[in-house]
Amino acid sequence: MLLTRLKAGGPAIAKQGILVAFIVFMIAFSLMSDRFLSADNIMSVFRQSAIIGVMAIGVTIVVIGGNLDLSVGSMLSFATVLVVDLHDKIGPELAIPVMIMATLCLGAINGFLIGILRLNSLIVTLGMLSAIQGLVLIYSGGQNVDIADQSGTWFAVFGRGAVFGIATPIIIFLGLALIFHVIMTTMPFGRRVHAVGGNPTASVFSGIPRSRIVFMTYLISALCVAIAAIILGSRVMGSQNNVGQGYELQVLAAVILGGTSLLGGSGSILRTVLGVLMLAFIQNGLILMGQPYYTQWLVTWAVIIVAVWLDVAAKRGRLFSPIA
Amino acid sequence: MTATREPALRLQGIVKTFPGVRALDGVDFEVMPGEVHALLGENGAGKSTLMKVLAGMYQPDEGQIIIAGQPVRMTTPIEAKAQGVVLIHQELSLVPEMSAAENIYLGELPRKAFGRVDWKILEERSNAILKRLKCNFRAEVTVAHLSIANQQMVEIARALTVDARVVVFDEPTASLTDAEKVVLFDIINDLKSQGVGIVYISHRMDEIFTLSDRITVLRDGAYRGTLTTADTNEDEVTRLMIGRSLDLSRNEAASKFGDTMLEVRNLTCTGLFEDVSFTVRAGEIVGFYGLVGAGRTEIAETLFGLRTPTAGEIRVDGQKVEITSPRDAIAMGVSLVPENRKEQGLVLQMNCRDNMTLPQVQDLTAGPFVAKGAELAIFDQYREKLAIKTPSWRQPTAVLSGGNQQKIVIGKWLSMKPRVLVVDEPTRGIDVGSKSEIHQLLRELAAQGYAVIVISSEMPEVLRVSDRIVAMYHGRVMREFDISEVTEDSLVQAISGIKSAEPA
Amino acid sequence: MANFTQIPLLRWLMRNPIWGFVLIVFIFFSLAADNFFSERNLMNIVVQTSTIGLIALGMTLVMINGNIDLSVGATLALAAAFAVDVQSWAAFATWGNWQILPAVCIALLVGILMGAINGFIVWKTGVDAFIVTLGAMLGIRGLVFVYTGEQSFYAMNFAYSDFSFMTIGPFPVLAVIFAVAVIAVHLLLSRTVHGRNTYAVGGNREAAVNAGIRVGPHMMINFMLIGFLAALSGVLLSTQMGAATPNLGRDYELWVITAVVLGGTKLTGGKGDIIGTLGGVLAIGILRNGMNLMQVPAFYVLVILGSILIAVLFLDKRFNRSADGGLRL
Repeated sequence: MLLTRLKAGGPAIAKQGILVAFIVFMIAFSLMSDRFLSADNIMSVFRQSAIIGVMAIGVTIVVIGGNLDLSVGSMLSFATVLVVDLHDKIGPELAIPVMIMATLCLGAINGFLIGILRLNSLIVTLGMLSAIQGLVLIYSGGQNVDIADQSGTWFAVFGRGAVFGIATPIIIFLGLALIFHVIMTTMPFGRRVHAVGGNPTASVFSGIPRSRIVFMTYLISALCVAIAAIILGSRVMGSQNNVGQGYELQVLAAVILGGTSLLGGSGSILRTVLGVLMLAFIQNGLILMGQPYYTQWLVTWAVIIVAVWLDVAAKRGRLFSPIA
Repeated sequence: MTATREPALRLQGIVKTFPGVRALDGVDFEVMPGEVHALLGENGAGKSTLMKVLAGMYQPDEGQIIIAGQPVRMTTPIEAKAQGVVLIHQELSLVPEMSAAENIYLGELPRKAFGRVDWKILEERSNAILKRLKCNFRAEVTVAHLSIANQQMVEIARALTVDARVVVFDEPTASLTDAEKVVLFDIINDLKSQGVGIVYISHRMDEIFTLSDRITVLRDGAYRGTLTTADTNEDEVTRLMIGRSLDLSRNEAASKFGDTMLEVRNLTCTGLFEDVSFTVRAGEIVGFYGLVGAGRTEIAETLFGLRTPTAGEIRVDGQKVEITSPRDAIAMGVSLVPENRKEQGLVLQMNCRDNMTLPQVQDLTAGPFVAKGAELAIFDQYREKLAIKTPSWRQPTAVLSGGNQQKIVIGKWLSMKPRVLVVDEPTRGIDVGSKSEIHQLLRELAAQGYAVIVISSEMPEVLRVSDRIVAMYHGRVMREFDISEVTEDSLVQAISGIKSAEPA
Repeated sequence: MANFTQIPLLRWLMRNPIWGFVLIVFIFFSLAADNFFSERNLMNIVVQTSTIGLIALGMTLVMINGNIDLSVGATLALAAAFAVDVQSWAAFATWGNWQILPAVCIALLVGILMGAINGFIVWKTGVDAFIVTLGAMLGIRGLVFVYTGEQSFYAMNFAYSDFSFMTIGPFPVLAVIFAVAVIAVHLLLSRTVHGRNTYAVGGNREAAVNAGIRVGPHMMINFMLIGFLAALSGVLLSTQMGAATPNLGRDYELWVITAVVLGGTKLTGGKGDIIGTLGGVLAIGILRNGMNLMQVPAFYVLVILGSILIAVLFLDKRFNRSADGGLRL
């Protein structure tokens, strides 16, 4: 039954699978908790998901280009510690550009090793994950950093401010998502990232500078991390030196849940946003239902596997793998 | 062979269709014990499909497989092997990090207690088989360290682990040196004398006439007849293989060509091709004919900036040029429709329009955005011009037929307005109808003044489209023919180096 | 210049460059750090390494198969929690020191079960192992928290925490267990049909399928093996600590993969061995230990290891190119 349905309307359903699942979860949670659909609650979920969300935008682009980026977690620690530490030393107006430049340098290293030297992205970014974490610890001497005058700095606007009643992190997250969605869907660069991720060989045979495109995707990923670090640093007004630890996997989970294929060439930023929000709403809904926060991990486990399974099954036209 | 003996294997009325293609259309074929039966046909004639049916990799839609008088169904290669039918793959299916012995007994390693491999038995047996094949290496050696020829011996050895009734060789000499070929032929004759039926797939005439007892010819997926080798000759076989329209389909050379658009002088890429010189004029199609591995594709890749030549020069429109990347090539007006459509030509999950405009998408802009109107205009223009059949530009190219996919790739490069268009194997794996459409199209392009290079392994194709033919053998240009002077014989000789011109 | 490839040791090092590195850091720290070259410290290194080392053995199998397992750190924590908790179950209250036995068995079974779940999902759904085990990494960690309620468990039976200080002859028992596991997995991989099929499945999946190897169950067995080894590692770690914390084993998957890749196992499958993995594990262990003795902050080890990982990848690419035949893609 399911098999024939998959064959017939499969791809269409699978494409919208995340949307369907999202709606199902939303309805289920709203039935179980009155507060779930309140404006306050929705706003707070959006605000909490902004940091993961901004990072997921960059990682989505890297993954569409056919690579992985596991270094974003360490990079977030690096960027946050740097911007917070420099804030009191050279002032926010200098700290922010210096931090962005430094983070872009890290992205450029990734891009050079993976785009130009063509090394395996999983291992390179794994190595960078460890190396950057080390750098942060060396820089901070193992100490946590914070901003002395937390109420008097305009730096607070990024994490704590609001415009027309909407928290700045939400505006940054959704605005960035929209900008990169437009870039990826309507600009030549986006087209070329899709091509390089979909078939690197054919891209070269079409005259596309494959190395440069991959390099650019890592720069974008680093830029997104830098922006996430501004939000995080501004909200917390301080930073632990391993604050981003484990973020890489949560980000990747959101990207996968959004239906972006790890094989490259397909994916969408708006659907990554859905993936991010879905994980956040699951977390929020379970907490409202009185479940401990870690039950979300169990639900996420099931959701990720089922979502990708249905996607894979729709593509091959049968539910189970034909491998004996 | 007496008539009363049972064939080792018989196929009756085998039909196999794929979406859009009837790959096999009622094929009959049999092989007697102790016989070498050659299976002949051009690329796309259905040889490899038939072979996969034999090996249990494909199930025929209709028809019967009869082994030793019994109809059988073989749904996996293992079942086929159990029936005594073994396939020696053209692409080696070995595990490089394992020893020859382990590869020979892959999936059937002899066991001792606790699941341990019984190395003693494994190596004894494997070495015995390798000895029977007169191999000069031991079974303990890692396959990755063996030469291609010796790797092939391992493949053959794998076939001998069972009591093989029928061994199918698929283009076994494609990557062998002459000395290695002699050894292989010895082995085949050896197997033959042990009563094994051999199916030998090749399109090298000389080999087929040296080895085979009978020849069966396929064309366009259909059975075209079986000949006794001793009673036939190359001409007759060629005629069966290429079909009646051979002479009629010859291109009428255009009387007038324009200026020389591309000139290649002494171009060399060590190990791939040497000292290659030729010219192509505007309005002219130059066909490059030769066997797989003769260096033709590598020349195309060099022209397109994907390889660095070690010597020689390239002139486009009279100007000496350095082409170091596809971007350079495109800027010089050189375009390449590559050999492998799915791996090199298309981003399969991308839609038709986006694929077609891929090389120029960064220039087709309105402000920072891709000008979708301009894109669509280009797509519509070439969809009409090339008669591409697709319901919509939104269709991913993966779902199109081979012919339409190829047209998308051709359209992609025509839309770049090239001066020199290089087309590598333009009709590989494409059905007959689309084939002639593409041939027609190439002629029209020449008539419009493009300088065109067509690389092909199919003789009728080069004869049908070319004004001149460059015949290549082992990385060298053997001879250049004008279309009016070329004969099939001289062409076949030039590309296999059998009679006249011998390579250095 | 003499043809140095004729010296067997050097030829061997050419094939196992990580052992060259191990040798160099070993000599370096022997000279540079006072306390490094002592029997006690060397044993220490082996004991410290064994936690990551045991999992790395399993990861080698899984990666030769062409798969990966990101969930090992969580499995380790879950097994450790069971091992410590089950001892205090009322059912075993009267068993004395024997209560450790069912605890350890259950812990190991839990590890095998987690591996089986991963393997079964990979087999039946055809979803990439990276995604399946990424999900499991979150999910199994969730199970740990559900089971422990975010609490640490402490071993009430002192025999349990004494275990890690036991010795067999001159050797610490943990080192002996690690050595036995190394030899067992090495033999499994190099001598048994299952081990040889591991290379076949990763080296040429299609050939393996065509040769009648049942690829799905085969991969599942390797996932069960890594689950077992991760659980064993968790049990041993909890004996060392006398406790199990819910965050135990975080980031271990990264260390383990680093060690295995340093040891020459390919992510694409089909290539690698236990000798290389042992080299990778020891390289990490010696670096950490030696730098610790020299009082270099642990941060530098992270930077050095990350850089080495990338350098190894770069050198490997340099020396093993040619597959593309000179085509510039």
